[in-house]
Amino acid sequence: MERFEYAHPTTQRETIGLLGSNWNDAAVLAGGTDLISLMKEYVVAPKRVVNIKNVEGLNGVHSNAEGVTIGALVTMDELLEDKTIRSEFPALTQAAEGITSPQIRAMGTVGGDLCQRPRCWYFRNGYGLLAKDENGKSLVPDGENRYHAILGNGGPAYFVNPSSLAPALIALEAKLKLTGASGQREVRASEFFVIPKSDNERENVLKPNEVLTHIVIPASSRGFRSATYEVRHKMALDWPLAAAAVAVKLEGGKVREGRIVLGHVAPIPWQARDAEKELEGKSITESLAAGVGDAAVRGAKPLSQNGYKVQLTKVAVKRALLAAAKGEA
Amino acid sequence: MADYHWPPTDKCKLIGRRISRLDGPWKSSGRIKYSYDVNRPNMLHAKMVFSPYAHAKVVSIDTSAAEKMPGVKAVEIMTEPGKEVFWEGHEVAAVAAETEEQARDAARRIQVQYEKLPHLVSDVNPSKAGEHTKQLAEQTDGNPDQAFQQAEVVSEGEYGVPVITHCCLEAHGQVAEWDGDNLTIYASTQNVSGMPGELVRAKIADSADKVRVLTPVMGGGFGSKFGADTWGLACARLARKAGRPVKLMLERDQELMAAGARPSMYAKVKVGAKKDGTLVGWQSESWGTGGPDAQGGAPSLPYVVRIPDRRVRHTTVLTNIGPARAWRAPNHPQMCLITMSALDDLAAKVGMDPVEMLQKNIQMTGQLSKTYSAELEKAAELMDWKKKWHPRGDKTPGTIKKGLGVSIHTWGGAGHASNCNCVIQPDGSVSSSLGSQDLGTGTRTVIGIITAETMGLPLEAVKVNIGDSKYPADGASGGSTTVGGVSSSTRRAATAALNQLLERVAPSLNAKPEELEAADGQIRVKGNPSRAISWKQACAKLGTTPITGVGQRQRGNDDLLSSGVGGAQMAEVSVDTETGQVHVDKLVAAQDCGLIIDLKTAESQVYGACIMGITYSLFEHKIMDEQTGRCLNADMEFYKLAGIGDFGEIVVHMMTGNGFDERGVIGLGEPPVISPGAAISNAVANAIGVRVPTLPLTPDKVLSALEKGAVA
Repeated sequence: MERFEYAHPTTQRETIGLLGSNWNDAAVLAGGTDLISLMKEYVVAPKRVVNIKNVEGLNGVHSNAEGVTIGALVTMDELLEDKTIRSEFPALTQAAEGITSPQIRAMGTVGGDLCQRPRCWYFRNGYGLLAKDENGKSLVPDGENRYHAILGNGGPAYFVNPSSLAPALIALEAKLKLTGASGQREVRASEFFVIPKSDNERENVLKPNEVLTHIVIPASSRGFRSATYEVRHKMALDWPLAAAAVAVKLEGGKVREGRIVLGHVAPIPWQARDAEKELEGKSITESLAAGVGDAAVRGAKPLSQNGYKVQLTKVAVKRALLAAAKGEA
Repeated sequence: MADYHWPPTDKCKLIGRRISRLDGPWKSSGRIKYSYDVNRPNMLHAKMVFSPYAHAKVVSIDTSAAEKMPGVKAVEIMTEPGKEVFWEGHEVAAVAAETEEQARDAARRIQVQYEKLPHLVSDVNPSKAGEHTKQLAEQTDGNPDQAFQQAEVVSEGEYGVPVITHCCLEAHGQVAEWDGDNLTIYASTQNVSGMPGELVRAKIADSADKVRVLTPVMGGGFGSKFGADTWGLACARLARKAGRPVKLMLERDQELMAAGARPSMYAKVKVGAKKDGTLVGWQSESWGTGGPDAQGGAPSLPYVVRIPDRRVRHTTVLTNIGPARAWRAPNHPQMCLITMSALDDLAAKVGMDPVEMLQKNIQMTGQLSKTYSAELEKAAELMDWKKKWHPRGDKTPGTIKKGLGVSIHTWGGAGHASNCNCVIQPDGSVSSSLGSQDLGTGTRTVIGIITAETMGLPLEAVKVNIGDSKYPADGASGGSTTVGGVSSSTRRAATAALNQLLERVAPSLNAKPEELEAADGQIRVKGNPSRAISWKQACAKLGTTPITGVGQRQRGNDDLLSSGVGGAQMAEVSVDTETGQVHVDKLVAAQDCGLIIDLKTAESQVYGACIMGITYSLFEHKIMDEQTGRCLNADMEFYKLAGIGDFGEIVVHMMTGNGFDERGVIGLGEPPVISPGAAISNAVANAIGVRVPTLPLTPDKVLSALEKGAVA
């Protein structure tokens, strides 16, 4: 990796002061499971690395009448151990369970999971976030795109959002607290992620001098049954090929409100709004779930090698819905 | 006098038992050092610059900026300007610096100008490869056209295995250290005894006796670590230039890009049978790539089952995927997948259990036919094949379909050249020394067992010295040749040493040497155990001079070893027909290897091979991008290897007893890794009713096969 300055602030204010106005000025280090490899591979080369592990107030899971607040530094292990989350928001616990590496569970943080960079192998091999060749043409459409996006892939971005937790958090209508030079702001998890349209844009709304501090799941989501279902190639540590998180509110056995968010199929966690509508007022049966799965991918435009992800996404939605309806893990 | 022949196995105290490997505790506690762990005083670290292009000419290399970087002590050009590089990761230059990080930073400051040249990294369609192909001569045996006319059932299919890598746990590399003109190399190598000569031929050292190679343990080679390699030479040169020891180990990306690619093999196959399952004709058009050079001949198809009337054609595709290196049982897993898949498809078309079809045609397997037959029976019993097997397509309801598959394989495994010195010291200590190496297979333990068995001592009483080129020369460890070689030389050396001891001890027991035996820690008169002295007392009679017994694996036929093994494997899989996910629930391996010295490490070899086999069946594929010519998964993230959750139950049965033990020692490293691909692919076909043509059996390919012909 390139040389960098190292800072380890203890307060949020100090942290913000150490960040810069450009992405290259500084990078935030939490668990380091992504940043360190990006730096070792020279994909990023921040002038300063700001370790936030000692910053106060970013730890712990706190439950109150307002909802559940998760500090950005909460590790995957801590998330998995939290009984409130496991019982109230099983979709989130199940998503963390999909990360089958003890090392990443021990070190990786909730904030880091949301802010990690895409795994697109062109990006990781130095072709930039938009995977362009020297003539500015994207390498993805005619290239090795088996793991790329099937939705939201009109270009120029074809990568998939790598977050394990984001689909569940969006389905649970979580809000993210961001702190920057001009104070704190709150964005819906569903609005945190964006599809970059140019080389200068990133995958989320964070500014270079902002830090994600907390994730809040509102109390209103407590009455929802939720589940996450991932399809992975390997049982051992592997990125999901497709995933779905669902949250449904049932009344008299029928869906009053339902949310369906797809993971690893689009440059952002993909809210399947049409599919959500097909749930309303219905009981979740095998055939309904399958139909909703079909609806979830109706707008999919697979690339040359990733048509199979359409099928996997349908199945993920179906199985997540059935699991949520049963209230099973 | 003691006889060097193997004792009957029922008389053995150690040979054939389950004995834990001697170096297990040293490895698991970190006490023994791999090349990667060696840190010499004052040592520098080296990193390489490698080509980002699949094919290019090096125009110029400017090292001046790198040389001025902090900590840099030496720079070495590995590809001179004007020369070409033939794959991404091809070595161009190396730099040695005080720290690993400084070396890495400096390597990035070496300015290399390339002239990009056209590349080809796709091997799936030889017709699109243009001039990058080399068609080998067609081979015909018998009259295949007539045979197909007489065939009552003909099956046609396309099958294949892509390029994969070795992915050794320990990367390639070494530490090089000079003392004047004497060079010591701590190398991760499969050829300790051969490396000094290689370094002389490469003009690194001026004489082989000034080179010492040390490899006490190594983290796997699988056929990719026979030579010193360009990085070995560069490391020695950097160390000489800097006047300090240098460590140069490959990083994982280089390991996957440049340290060995297993050749691919694809084939269009037509195979015919009578209605009763008798095989009558084979025809195949195969192709594959072994990198930029047209190495090797045509594959020997069909594999194991020698259908008498056949026509085969093979085309080599020259690509920039990476350099071909021998991969555990070179060519066999590929030929096996192609043959056993085709026969399995044919059996399905005939409407026959594939095990029955193999048994019906077992004579076509030649002289090992009885072995195959017995192994198929044993594997079937352990798999409960007859009860579980169903015709193609699991018709039970639900999305998870189960299926069974079978495959058989063969390998030679004759021991290589080997020399051993066995020394008995007056204090009673015993050591066997060989310039061999233990790749992780259990070689050290096997040598210890044979020495101890011969001397009638417990295993702990003997010392094994290997992994050092100052010991008697031994062959390279490849092709399952090590265990046969070292077993013969060790047994002969230990027997020769013991016989000298018996001669010295005989007078004190009032016996002739030939009346004595070494057993239970004593030297005693055969049949009269009361006339005995302890091992220690016996050795004390040597005074101050130790005994050395010399043993050599006999040239040509050696009655302590032989070659030629069979092997049958059966897989049981579950396939999720909605997601295309394949899980190997159970893999049964019935394997022979002649006389087994250590049953535990033998079984371990087979377990390891099964895991490696499941991994290449389901996950491994060196993924190349035709646009950039680059390997996109030169990392452990997308170059996928199985984890514990990915392989189910593995059942290993070693064939021993009459018919096996008396054959002497035969190698085991290669054979069990050959069949898993075919057995698992066949099991998937049996589960879902349709063939997934190529490995790895990924969800996309399984779903695509299901679209073409799903189970009901």
